[in-house]
Amino acid sequence: MPEINDVVVPVSAAPAAAAESGAPVPDAAVRLATPAPATTATLAATAAPAAAPRRAASGRPGPRRLVSRGWHRLITPIAVALLWQLVSSTELIPARKLPPPTTVWHTAVSLITTESPAYGTLQGAMLVSLQRMAIGFAFGTVAAIALAIVAGLSRLGENAVDPLLQILRTLPLFGLIPVFIVWFGIGELPKVILIALGAAIPLYLNTFAGIRSVDARLVEAGQVLGLRRTEMIRHVILPGALPQALVGLRQSLGVAWLALVVAEQVNANAGIGFIISQATQFLRNDVILVALLVYAALGLLTDAIA
Amino acid sequence: MAPRLAAPVSGAVNDTVNDTVHPAARVRGLTREFGGRRVLDGLDLDIGPGEFVAMLGVSGTGKSTLLRAVAGLDRGVTGEIDVPGAVAVAFQEPRLLPWHRVLANVALGLRVPEPETVAHRALGEVGLTDRAQAWPLTLSGGEAQRAALARALVREPGLLLLDEPFSALDALTRIAMHRLVLRLWQRHRPAVLLVTHDVDEALVLADRVLVLAGGRITFSGPVGIPRPRDRDDSGLIELRHELLRQLGVIKEGQLWTERPGFRVPLPPGRAIGWRSRRHWLR
Repeated sequence: MPEINDVVVPVSAAPAAAAESGAPVPDAAVRLATPAPATTATLAATAAPAAAPRRAASGRPGPRRLVSRGWHRLITPIAVALLWQLVSSTELIPARKLPPPTTVWHTAVSLITTESPAYGTLQGAMLVSLQRMAIGFAFGTVAAIALAIVAGLSRLGENAVDPLLQILRTLPLFGLIPVFIVWFGIGELPKVILIALGAAIPLYLNTFAGIRSVDARLVEAGQVLGLRRTEMIRHVILPGALPQALVGLRQSLGVAWLALVVAEQVNANAGIGFIISQATQFLRNDVILVALLVYAALGLLTDAIA
Repeated sequence: MAPRLAAPVSGAVNDTVNDTVHPAARVRGLTREFGGRRVLDGLDLDIGPGEFVAMLGVSGTGKSTLLRAVAGLDRGVTGEIDVPGAVAVAFQEPRLLPWHRVLANVALGLRVPEPETVAHRALGEVGLTDRAQAWPLTLSGGEAQRAALARALVREPGLLLLDEPFSALDALTRIAMHRLVLRLWQRHRPAVLLVTHDVDEALVLADRVLVLAGGRITFSGPVGIPRPRDRDDSGLIELRHELLRQLGVIKEGQLWTERPGFRVPLPPGRAIGWRSRRHWLR
């Protein structure tokens, strides 16, 4: 009966399996948003006993089951990779259009180990891209939080800031690229600004909404405690807005990665995007695939951190 | 009228005291409208220093509105509110900041040297010394409400406003809280304005019971029975009936049995001690 059990139980065991296989645990944001560590402890405590008796009932030792469950999740990706290898090595689809996984792997290794005149090294390009991302994201988040505080704390601030940000929100971000090139040239500046703008909008919207939806009862409690304005902001409003702001931060990361990819396609002379535009000219789909996989890995990594 | 009830007055009451004593709260002509509906209509109220006043009223009569106005939380009122001392409020829900530990919650906004020490002492008074470093969300309902009481009392208020602070607690916890509130009140002697739905709670705790109806105080009766009070005390039974009549729960000449929909005529010349079973059923 283990197969039937496998179908029925995965809900309780899935997080544990993910943790064991090194995949990001989806409740990372929840943990960040919870100020009281006790809450996490309670969650863990309630989850554990639910899983235990089922494991015991199956008659197999727990850890082995969890590992095998991790492998179950890899079956379809591996199958797809094998199929991919098959169709491109049998020339069903020309290798130039779809290079097989083995080729992609060799390309990745050579990009890392050799400094090619066309692409530089993969890790060097990664560093440039990461730096762009970090600078843009830092500027974007700082500006977004500052603006959200200004808009969130007073009607005057809201009237001054919010309409502008709402207009920016509706503008198609990547439609701005031509204008940015005219305004800021083709160097680092337009790229960083695009990333900053992409990161700022979701964070601003969520932080602003978070500040405005702080529990009014707690604000009243703060009032009768005689809190000064700064104390009220520090002890009641900002902590109350934090969970929503963190939701915004996660969205911001997603948009910022997207903005990085797009921004780097424009006249870059370094970075992952540069590798992609070079490879496009040389019709090297294997290099493009490597670059895309790097983007995916970086995105996964930041998602796991945030 | 029972002799121990020092002549409670009915009808429109001008609930004011002599000006020679400086009151803990003095309210004149308080009016509040919500969308054209007058919830408070020229209300007058005086609370003496150290006096424990309970205010009853059916739902929607503006008890909480009055309390919020006195606490300074409602800018939409007209009239005159004069509260010379510090005001502290304990709400129906504890309203502790979930991201601060209990001690930090009590010490928040406290303008004394060494606020943490003072807060710690206040937590000791409500029996929460060992929960000082706990997170508010890990407290039980009674503990959280005690922490809220400590947070209110640590400010040494001249007027303590209690907005149905026991209504969300279970019966046993509520009895313990009544005793605690009385003990704290006797020690610190703030004037107290307790808003409640619970007639028995008002009778057990207060020096004076008010009934709010039609935007004014329509009844004000002192409870001249020494504490600790027995709910079955004949004087309290009389006053309870009077209050229930004032609140429109029973009609003249009926006896309240606390059983919903079940009312018996008051037998002439007999006082029957009906024990309230309401709390135990809840």
